[in-house]
Amino acid sequence: MRLKKDTPVERIWNGIYIENPVFCLILGMCPTLATTTSALNGVGMGVSTMIILMLAEFIISLIRGIIPDRMRMPAYIVVIASFVTIVDFLMEGFTPALYDSLGIYIPLIVVNCIIMGRAEAYAGKMKPVSALFDGLGMGLGFTIALFLLGSVREIIGAGTWFGIKVTPASYVPVNIFVLAPGAFLVLGFLVAVMNKLKIGAGRRPGVDPTQGNMCGDCANCMKLGMCGGKTECIAAEATGKEEV
Amino acid sequence: MDNKYQVSVSPHVRDSITTQKIMLMVIGALMPACIFGVVNFGLHALLILIITPAAAVASEYIYEKLMHKKNTVGDLSACLTGLLLAMNMPPEISWWIPVLGAIFAIIVVKQLYGGLGQNFMNPALGARCFLLIAFSDRMTTYYPTNGFINTLWNVEGTTDALSGATPLAYLKLGQHFDLKALFLGNVGGVIGETSALLLLAGGLFLVCKKIIEIRIPAVYLGSFAVLTLVTSVVRGYNDPLIFTLEELCAGGLMLGAWFMATDYVTSPVTEKAQYIYALLLGILTWVFRLIGISSEGVSYAIIFMNCLVPLIENYTKPPAFGISPEKKSAGKEEKS
Repeated sequence: MRLKKDTPVERIWNGIYIENPVFCLILGMCPTLATTTSALNGVGMGVSTMIILMLAEFIISLIRGIIPDRMRMPAYIVVIASFVTIVDFLMEGFTPALYDSLGIYIPLIVVNCIIMGRAEAYAGKMKPVSALFDGLGMGLGFTIALFLLGSVREIIGAGTWFGIKVTPASYVPVNIFVLAPGAFLVLGFLVAVMNKLKIGAGRRPGVDPTQGNMCGDCANCMKLGMCGGKTECIAAEATGKEEV
Repeated sequence: MDNKYQVSVSPHVRDSITTQKIMLMVIGALMPACIFGVVNFGLHALLILIITPAAAVASEYIYEKLMHKKNTVGDLSACLTGLLLAMNMPPEISWWIPVLGAIFAIIVVKQLYGGLGQNFMNPALGARCFLLIAFSDRMTTYYPTNGFINTLWNVEGTTDALSGATPLAYLKLGQHFDLKALFLGNVGGVIGETSALLLLAGGLFLVCKKIIEIRIPAVYLGSFAVLTLVTSVVRGYNDPLIFTLEELCAGGLMLGAWFMATDYVTSPVTEKAQYIYALLLGILTWVFRLIGISSEGVSYAIIFMNCLVPLIENYTKPPAFGISPEKKSAGKEEKS
C-alpha cells in the first residue's frame, strides 16, 4: 500500500506502522522502558506525549519561516518546553494519581527525542497541517506501542490489566516483567513481532530507507547508498536543495 | 575425484573429541553431586533433576524444528544446561518454575542469540537469575536436609540450626558454621551446590580429562580466598582461616567456579584473558558476598563477567604470528 505523501491519512499510517517511533525508529526509549510498568501508565505517557507532539509540531511548522537556521534548536526547545509545562500542570491538577506515578518522566518530555527528531526532520520543513498530522500519527504510534508494552508487562508481571485482575487466581505473577529487565525483554519481542509482520507484508524490517528519512540530515546519512538520493527523501524534497 | 580432495579451512588437525563427548563428561562429573542432592533432599529433588533437562531438550528441539534449523539436541549441551539449572533450584520448588527457567535458558538466552557458541552469557545462570528476580520469595525458600547423612556420618548440630537460614546467612554475620558439614554437603541450599567435596572431585576429574583448564577455577577461588581472609582478619572474626574455608565451601561457589565459570562459550579464549576474567570473578564474588548486602553473589558475578568477556578479549588480543608488538604499536601511532 503506497499512500500519497504528506496527506493526513498517510502521516497517521506512517506514524503508527511504517515509521512507528518505538518499534521502527527505536526512539524515546527512556520513557518507553521506564513508564510502561502498567497499561494505564503507558497510555498516560503516550497520550501526554502525543498532545505535546502535535501542538509543538504545529507551532514549529507555523514559525519555521522566522526561526534563524542557526538558532533552531533553542527555538524548538522553547516551544516544546512551553507545551510540556502546560501539560505538566494540567496533569497535576486533573489526574494527580497518574501524575505521581509518571513522576519525572512528564517534565522529561522536553528532551524526548521523538519530539526533537520530528521537529527537526519534519515540522521545521513542512506545512502546518501536515506537521499537525505527523505529530498525531507519531503520537498515536507511540501511544499504541506504550499501551502494548504496558499491557504485556502488567498482565504477565502483575496479573492485572488496567488495574483489574484478569488472570485466574492460581496464576503466579512473574514479577520480573514489571521490573526493568522485563521492559527490555518485552520490547525486544514486540520489535521482533513487528519486523515479522513487516516482512510478511513485503517490507523491510525496521526503517525503510527508501521511504524517506528520519533525521533530515541527508548529507551525513549512513544509509545514503540505500535510497540513492531519490526524490522520495523528505529533506531533499522539502528544502529543494541538493543535499544528497 | 571430488571425494579424494577435501578442501577445507584450518584447523586441519582434528581430534576424536566431540561436543557430545565433552558435554557427556561434564554431565558425568556433575552426577555425584546430583545423586548426593537427591539423597540429601529427597525424591522431589530427583523430579526437578529429571524434568528440567527434559524441558531444556524439548524446547531446543521444538525451537529448532519451528525455525527450520539444524537439530542440535544430540550434542547434549541443552541437557547440560538443564541439569545445571536444576542443580541451582531449591529442593522444594514447584515443578513449573524450573521448567519455565529451562525454556527461558534455551530459547531466550541461547537460541535467540544463535544457538550453541553464540550466547553471550551462561544460559543456566541467565535463567537462574531470571527466576531469582521473577520469583524471589520461592527461589530463596530453603528447607533443611532430611537428616539422612546426619545419622550416617554422625555430623552433629546442623539440622537444628538449619530451619530457614542457609549457611551463608550465618557467614554473612561473621558467625561460623560447621566446616565439616559444609565440606561434605549436609547443609541447606539449592539441590546441587551443597557438597563441596563432590563438586571438587567432579571439577578435578574434568581437569584430569583436560576438558577444562585449572586456571580459571584456581585463580577464581584463590583470589576470593585471599580477599576473604584479609577481610575476616580486618573485621576480627574468630579463626579467619576456618572462616575463609567455610566461605569457599558454602553456597554456589564450587559449582560456579568449576562448572559455570569454565563454560567454553562464555569464558575468554586466551590464557591472559582467562587470568583477568578469573581474578575479576573472585573480586566481584567477594564484593557481593562480604561487602554488599546479599549473602550470595556467585551467579551474578559470573553473569557480569560473561558480559565483560568480549571487552577483556579485545584488550588481550595476542599479536598475529610474525608481527612483533613494537611494530604494531608503531603502526598505530602512524595511523593516528
